[in-house]
Amino acid sequence: MTAVTLPATARTGGSRDLAGTGTLLRLALRRDRLMIPAWVVVLGLTVVSMGSTLEKLYDTAAKRAEVAASMTGNGSLRALYGPVFSDSLGGLTAWRIGGIAALLAGVMSLLIVVRHTREEEETGRQELLSAAMVGRRAPLTAALLAALVADAALALLITAGLAASGHPAAGALALGLAVGGTGLVFAGVAAITAQLTESARAAKGLAGAVLGAAFVLRAAGDTATEDASSPLTWASPAGWAENLRAFAGERWWVLLLFLAATAGTVTAAYALTARRDLGMSFLPARPGPARAPASLSGPTGLAWRLQRTTLFGWSAGFLLAGAVFGGITDGASDLVGDNEQTREIFERMGGHQGLTDAFVAALTGMLGMVAALYAAGAVLRLRGEETGDRAEPVLAGAVGRLRWAAGHLAIAFLGTALILLLGGLGLGLTYGLTVGDIGGRLGPAVGAALAQTPAVWALTGLAVLLVGALPKAAAATWAVVGGCLGIGWVGPAAQLPQWAMNLSPFSHLPKLPGGEATAAPFLWLLALTAVFVAAGLTALRRRDIG
Amino acid sequence: MTKAISVSGLRKAFGRTHALDGLDLDVETGEVHGFLGPNGAGKSTTLRVLLGLLRADGGAARLMGRDPWHDAVSLHRRIAYVPGDVTLWRNLSGGEVIDLYGRLRGGLDTARRDSLLERFELDPTKKGRTYSKGNRQKVALVAAFASDVDLLILDEPTSGLDPLMEEVFQDCVEEERDRGRTVLLSSHVLSEVEALCDRVSIIRNGRTVESGSLADLRHLTRTSVAAELAGAPDGLSGLPGVHDLDVQGHRVRLQVDTDKLDAVLRSLSASGVRSLTSTPPTLEELFLRHYQDGGHAAQGAASTAAAASASGKATLR
Repeated sequence: MTAVTLPATARTGGSRDLAGTGTLLRLALRRDRLMIPAWVVVLGLTVVSMGSTLEKLYDTAAKRAEVAASMTGNGSLRALYGPVFSDSLGGLTAWRIGGIAALLAGVMSLLIVVRHTREEEETGRQELLSAAMVGRRAPLTAALLAALVADAALALLITAGLAASGHPAAGALALGLAVGGTGLVFAGVAAITAQLTESARAAKGLAGAVLGAAFVLRAAGDTATEDASSPLTWASPAGWAENLRAFAGERWWVLLLFLAATAGTVTAAYALTARRDLGMSFLPARPGPARAPASLSGPTGLAWRLQRTTLFGWSAGFLLAGAVFGGITDGASDLVGDNEQTREIFERMGGHQGLTDAFVAALTGMLGMVAALYAAGAVLRLRGEETGDRAEPVLAGAVGRLRWAAGHLAIAFLGTALILLLGGLGLGLTYGLTVGDIGGRLGPAVGAALAQTPAVWALTGLAVLLVGALPKAAAATWAVVGGCLGIGWVGPAAQLPQWAMNLSPFSHLPKLPGGEATAAPFLWLLALTAVFVAAGLTALRRRDIG
Repeated sequence: MTKAISVSGLRKAFGRTHALDGLDLDVETGEVHGFLGPNGAGKSTTLRVLLGLLRADGGAARLMGRDPWHDAVSLHRRIAYVPGDVTLWRNLSGGEVIDLYGRLRGGLDTARRDSLLERFELDPTKKGRTYSKGNRQKVALVAAFASDVDLLILDEPTSGLDPLMEEVFQDCVEEERDRGRTVLLSSHVLSEVEALCDRVSIIRNGRTVESGSLADLRHLTRTSVAAELAGAPDGLSGLPGVHDLDVQGHRVRLQVDTDKLDAVLRSLSASGVRSLTSTPPTLEELFLRHYQDGGHAAQGAASTAAAASASGKATLR
């Protein structure tokens, strides 16, 4: 097998290249019958419910005008959410949730596309399908159509939901299309990355990096200008989503950008597919050493080898995100503090004293919640090794269950602390640089980031418990972590009751910096973690493997 | 001497499915033991119980005199395992995996590792994903044969190997036997079982249905006899153990239980034998008889086996 194909033969018979697309699409939708509806419903309803939440918070036109002016006037907040284009309820909804929803639609779409293209090839399932009446272009087409179905459903739900709750129909449609359109663009991006890499994991990572870059470009552009007119903003699909200006004199022509980008990426992906063999990639795996290094001498060395690349990626990401956050922190103190409710939101989200402290607390809180995603992934590697039949030969060696798990768990727990430390370092350093006081800002920022660790560890412990005691339900870890993210992200703005907020371990942490740190919540969370891990490992020792 | 493997009345259920239902298995130290049965009979489940990966619901299992669940780690120092479906880490090279597996066991004989790599024609620098099924299997086999262990547990280890490599594999197993190691070989390749195994156990539906040396087992099956006689045959139908008797003039075809062959030959020679072919029971016949449901299937099995042996596929050494 070689990676070289003859384009001439690959291009013959246009319609036959698509043979079997319908069947593959039905297969994809059948396999994703839980995943796609879950994404669409949760994401769609979050957007729709944001409208009514904001209606409660800003019930008069005067309040809305005030918040719009203060939010748009603040560069730091523009970096996070973009400018407010209209102080109507719809306009505020689009501002507060539109950008995030658009990026999450991108995440959904890239996961769908990679799942049905590269992952199928990597596992060898595609070979069986392609040996049947399935055209060369059918798998990619089916994957893109599955993403289209999901994005269209999401756009429809947002449009219908917002229009039904009394927002202008045109704006509702524009917001729906902005979210769905961003999703489609990243479906196209993922279609390309799926051709480039040999592993699905790398394809998702690469597409995710493009998504991250899109966020950073938009954030940088929005910091620079108040009306999202910066070329940086226009260079990012996330910037197009806000420049469609839902509820603020919709610029329908911006939709052409989504269409052009989707068409361009998809065309490029098809061209790449035609130039490679099944299972091959443009960034092929290099040969490795013939002998194992001394570090690869046991299960811990193996776990490190398997997880280190992921940890390096997260470390770099956290350092960078922290640095970006630190760079915009000083601007947060310019925020007009007259609006009691805005201040209240921020205080509920973050801190007690001073808006800057509250801002740092909110940002480190965000880092903590995102770190939980890393921790969950690191623990679930254990389960992945097991279901992938790779644990069996290791455990058939002179390796106890605990020793096998120990390496992965050490990486999950210590890795969490490491990435939070780096996030805090990045934040403290750039924040200190911008205000000329590194010594005074670094310590509190690092402390605030590290203070998130016990809450992340509690969730990590829960993942260990699930993998040990309920291995078939281990994937539920994602739902728990996602739930905590949701509580932390929209809980304060949605004014969730306290008992609901308390479900997330992050709600029990003191708001740092600025708040008062007592040992009790940390000790409780650490004790909970220890109980979870002990119970999980005990169960792991007793149960069947596989 | 303690038995290498001693299993009695082993039971294991997954939900309502009884994967093992009172399975017995005895493997003497130093022998190559064939472990046979149709798909889903419970072979892999048995091996995974022996490796302490699954916990048996009932029955007793001892490996080299010790408990496979409680003493798993210390036992595994002396065991090499090759799974039927070898999955490698995509970003580790084959050489790295071989060394890792060796280190996870009692250690690796590096000289033997290098010679095995050469014999199996395996490139150790390729990454996990790029190996074909056969090459992934070679990675696990090289690691197993180069490991310093007392017991090899091989689960359909040659299902992806070409005939040339199959021969290398058989040589390697012979060498392991010569070095006094015990091999438990689960396989569907009957020629391989015939060539290698001292004794075999056949299981079906989670139970052992037959166990013993090949000669013992063969004795329990039927031999096909075809003869052309000088005169009409006489009294054949009355002999015990004769089946499917077909007389056409002076020509006779029949099946006879192998332990009743003597009487049949006597009766035939009484009528004067012009020509005689006697086809010994083949391993296929043996297996098919046990694989298929109930005793009535033996007839169909016999005819299939006869066809197979006619093509010279499975002859006895």
